Amino acid sequence: MNAPAEPAGAVAYAPASGLLGSFWLLVAIPLASAAILLLLGRRADRWGHWLGVAAIGASFVLGLTYFFQLRGLENKSAELSLWDFIAVGDFKVDFGLLFDPLAAVFVLLITGVGFLIHLYAVEYMAHDEGRRRFFGYFNLFVAAMLLLVLGNNYVMLYFGWEGVGLASYLLISFWYGRPSAATAGKKAFLMNRVGDAGLAIGIFIMFATLGTTQYDEVFNGVGSLTSTTVLVLGLLLLLGAAGKSGQFPLQAWLPDAMEGPTPVSALIHAATMVTAGVYLIARSNPVFSANSTLQLVVVSVGALTLLLGCVIGAAKDDIKRVLAWSTVSQIGYMFLGVGLGGGAYALAIIHLLAHGFFKANMFLGAGSVMHGMHDQVDIRRFGGLSKYMKITWITFMMGWLAIIGLPPLSGYFSKEPIIAAAFSRDDWTAWLFGGAALLGAGLTAFYMTRLFVLTFHGPKRWTEDIEHPHESPKLMTIPLILLAIGSVVAGGLMVWNDGLASWLTPVLGEAGEEHHPVLSHTLITILSLVVTVAGAGLAWSLFRNGTATEPQPAGVLVTAARRNLYTDAFNEAVFEKPGIFLTRALVFLDNRGVDGLVNGLAAAVGGGSGRLRRLQTGFVRSYATSILTGALLVVAAFLAVQAGWLA
Amino acid sequence: MSNFPFLSVLTVAPLVGALVVAVLPRRRPDLAKQVAFGWSLLVLALSVVMWLEFSTGGERLQFRESYTWIPQWDARFTFAADGIALVMLMLIAVLVPLVILASWHDAESSKRSVPVYFALLLVLESTMIGVFAAADVFLFYVFFEVMLVPMYFLIGSYGGHQRQYAAVKFFLYSLVGGLFMLAAVIGLWVVGGKTFDWQALTQVDISTGTERWLFLGFFLAFAIKAPFFPFHTWLPDAGGAAPAGAAALLVGVLDKVGTFGILRYCLPLFPEASKWFAPWALALGVIGIIYAALLAVGQNDLKRLVSYTSIAHFGFIGVGIFAFTTQAGTGAVLYMLNHGLATGLLFLVVGMLVARRGSALISDFGGAGKLVPLLAGVLFFAGLASLALPGTAPFVSEFLVLIGTFTVNKPVAVIATLGIILAAAYVLWMVQRTTQGTLNPALAEVEPMRRDLNLREKVVVAPLIALIVLLGFYPKPVTDVINPAVRATMEDVGRTDPAPEVGGVVQEAHR
Repeated sequence: MNAPAEPAGAVAYAPASGLLGSFWLLVAIPLASAAILLLLGRRADRWGHWLGVAAIGASFVLGLTYFFQLRGLENKSAELSLWDFIAVGDFKVDFGLLFDPLAAVFVLLITGVGFLIHLYAVEYMAHDEGRRRFFGYFNLFVAAMLLLVLGNNYVMLYFGWEGVGLASYLLISFWYGRPSAATAGKKAFLMNRVGDAGLAIGIFIMFATLGTTQYDEVFNGVGSLTSTTVLVLGLLLLLGAAGKSGQFPLQAWLPDAMEGPTPVSALIHAATMVTAGVYLIARSNPVFSANSTLQLVVVSVGALTLLLGCVIGAAKDDIKRVLAWSTVSQIGYMFLGVGLGGGAYALAIIHLLAHGFFKANMFLGAGSVMHGMHDQVDIRRFGGLSKYMKITWITFMMGWLAIIGLPPLSGYFSKEPIIAAAFSRDDWTAWLFGGAALLGAGLTAFYMTRLFVLTFHGPKRWTEDIEHPHESPKLMTIPLILLAIGSVVAGGLMVWNDGLASWLTPVLGEAGEEHHPVLSHTLITILSLVVTVAGAGLAWSLFRNGTATEPQPAGVLVTAARRNLYTDAFNEAVFEKPGIFLTRALVFLDNRGVDGLVNGLAAAVGGGSGRLRRLQTGFVRSYATSILTGALLVVAAFLAVQAGWLA
Repeated sequence: MSNFPFLSVLTVAPLVGALVVAVLPRRRPDLAKQVAFGWSLLVLALSVVMWLEFSTGGERLQFRESYTWIPQWDARFTFAADGIALVMLMLIAVLVPLVILASWHDAESSKRSVPVYFALLLVLESTMIGVFAAADVFLFYVFFEVMLVPMYFLIGSYGGHQRQYAAVKFFLYSLVGGLFMLAAVIGLWVVGGKTFDWQALTQVDISTGTERWLFLGFFLAFAIKAPFFPFHTWLPDAGGAAPAGAAALLVGVLDKVGTFGILRYCLPLFPEASKWFAPWALALGVIGIIYAALLAVGQNDLKRLVSYTSIAHFGFIGVGIFAFTTQAGTGAVLYMLNHGLATGLLFLVVGMLVARRGSALISDFGGAGKLVPLLAGVLFFAGLASLALPGTAPFVSEFLVLIGTFTVNKPVAVIATLGIILAAAYVLWMVQRTTQGTLNPALAEVEPMRRDLNLREKVVVAPLIALIVLLGFYPKPVTDVINPAVRATMEDVGRTDPAPEVGGVVQEAHR
């Protein structure tokens, strides 16, 4: 392989040493626990959930330890090669891991928030006979997700990538007896596989052009690729990212994924797995930064999705689906951030972490509400719960205020800078994308306020079987409180002194020179606060007196939003129905056409169909005849050759 | 130990076992089963020793033995194994005991002799070992044909619905393929200096026209055997009618003779023709991947569905072979092994479901996970292996095939990659319709459906699951065995891997 001369500032990772030499344990511990839980079966039913919690707790403690180790390192990286995974010709892939600032923050998010959600799930799933299986899958997910963020090459990333897809499938269709859950799981896996195919082809391109899939070698080689290659490579990675993160055009699976138990929605389909696409783009920042067309596409996908999510979220009545569309929308903001590039990479990661707290908080809050309301999910059937579920109410309020971006809560520090960054593009697109981000902020305030008010305030609209909703037990409220604290302070802490941004500089690069936004920064701040207050105020005034409990006729836009802006109808009409027709037609064709043709030929060769029929009747005798014929043919041929007729 | 005649002993031993089992009294079926199982374990033990004796850095063909057979034609009993054959022999040795164990009660439902069923399985093992161990073209041809006989009876006498039609169809297709090959074998003997010795024949120069005709003769036989699109229609019938154990061997091993034959005979003996026909073979492969996967999605019968998935997988193997890179080639051979494990497992598990339900129709199931959670879990695992999920062995082989193909033929690799989406579709839809959703009331009334995996069945599936996971994380022991043989084969064809095209400039190495 003729490696290009390494440019100055080339990416180089240091080998892991000392305590960091054991950071493979981060993946191994949850994996081992998953294996124990799934293999022991019912024998582990009584204590299995605690093993699951302990495994994630141990990973979190280890993650913290490694984090502080990493802080003390000059090079801010530790690379570990466990064993040769594949080595054929020039294609060499290690089972290799990398612990660096970007991986470290993901490890802490996954294990930290994951631990709280695990704790919550012990209680939430207490009455489910499948609780041990649930924790087995849950730990499998954590192991795969950690492998995804800790791999030091794209094949390892793909390994974890499909692993989290599997865990997601298993958990969405956890209640597999429900047809809707089974269908939702399948849909998620299939749409993800569309993205995965893109990611796989991207990896093939890396190997074909650069001869490697190692992060450092790929990043250092990007400069020697043609801009077309970079564009194609980036678009394929983007396809993978869009599949995993529920971004346009592969967003349809994520809201359906709410069929899974609520802790799953909190951990996998809000805080961690669905942000893997953002991780992929941030990790591959040398690729994306190398092509401005590519960045424009990423920004467009982000802006489009963030608006799409807001509009649909505003029209939904299922508490988990509103939150799910909100996740789609918030990840749209993150895509917007990573697409803008430069200093905005770090902004996206900050928003990702902050979102991990407040969205997990609100999902668990939704679970707590459902727990008290006989698994009701329709917000038209809630109302007035603030009096009955005080802790859930207060903690949810923190999440709500954080996501709409009220200062000084997390969302203010993480979302507003992305809006400002969107206004800082060089040309007229600053207005387009900045405007979209700003509009999204207003819409977010509207639909989240609608959700909050309809659930916790206004008149009671409960179904008749509910008399006195109860607050959830401590094991559920403690994680809520901790996550609520995170929702309040995490954003401020992360931007304090540019702390997180400078921590991520070794991976994401220097922010570069400050672009001046088309509007002054102060004006953008004021504008985003104004649209937020306007959106929230409008929703408060519309819904403070409750809402009808039955579906109401609506205008064109609301009807469209209720139907997911017809994106599902499009998929059904363009892919599903023709696909089903195609398979049916092919089955018919294969039975009649191809088989008939070949059988016909065979019959012709064998002397007509009569002979075939004879074979089917007196099969043993006929079979003997054919063997004999074959043998005679051989002998005759050889005699012919011996006699020199053919030679 | 290295002078031990491994290959001839391995070929003959199961045959002796079969004779012993066949003469056991019909009234003592259990004894016949135990003897057959024990015998197949001995074969496995001997194969393991042979695996350990194989030297990965050594000669291409090892354990060579040669005995006089028909001196006038210079046809000899020559046995030898390269890394590719070794892997396939190991697969046979592992699968046969598991199949015998899985088929424990399969023959009882038919009115025919139980001992004969197990004797037939051992005869099949003997002929399959022979076909992979042969290093004499005529010997290979003989095993290639004789192999049909035990399988014909396994399907025709012990199979399910439409077994005789399926058996005859299987037999006719193979026979037609065999006739083409016979013509080519004779032709090769004539132009190759009147010898059947494989090693000698690789050194022969053949004129372009003749080489292409001979290639076609062999290739047609192998393409029918594998089977590649459009010669595939016998397989769903045979796979659907055969008893599950026999189907596992049919699809898991017997069909691999086709792809093995291409690697051992077409490529080294007819390198120029192989290159000339490669675009056509790639096209057949890639059509097969998509076409068979779509058909698998549309199947209503579990066993036919698994058969169609296999045709799609054979498409991947075909693409891997004719891409002519070490990655794709090694991937193809590894695929042959992994597919044997994964689809073998899938067929056996489907067999366990079908035996309980008394039907292979998917619509007769529904919600089975509630009744037999463990069995449903194993079915799901086998499905995951079939869709090549990372962490299972087939991922490594599929990824190698695709990445190795991509470096030389991007369109084929990209279309083939779409096959992984369809694979997810046919596996997950099958799993959903069979084990998930609301419980089919009719299913709950079938008494055997309330019994989950018993100990015997656990012993059958556990080794396969363990191997699939182990090779999914650490395939190196196998790739190290395959790699030198594939590299030698690629050298026969005269192709080397392209260098990375840094900066978009294609630097074809060694051109």
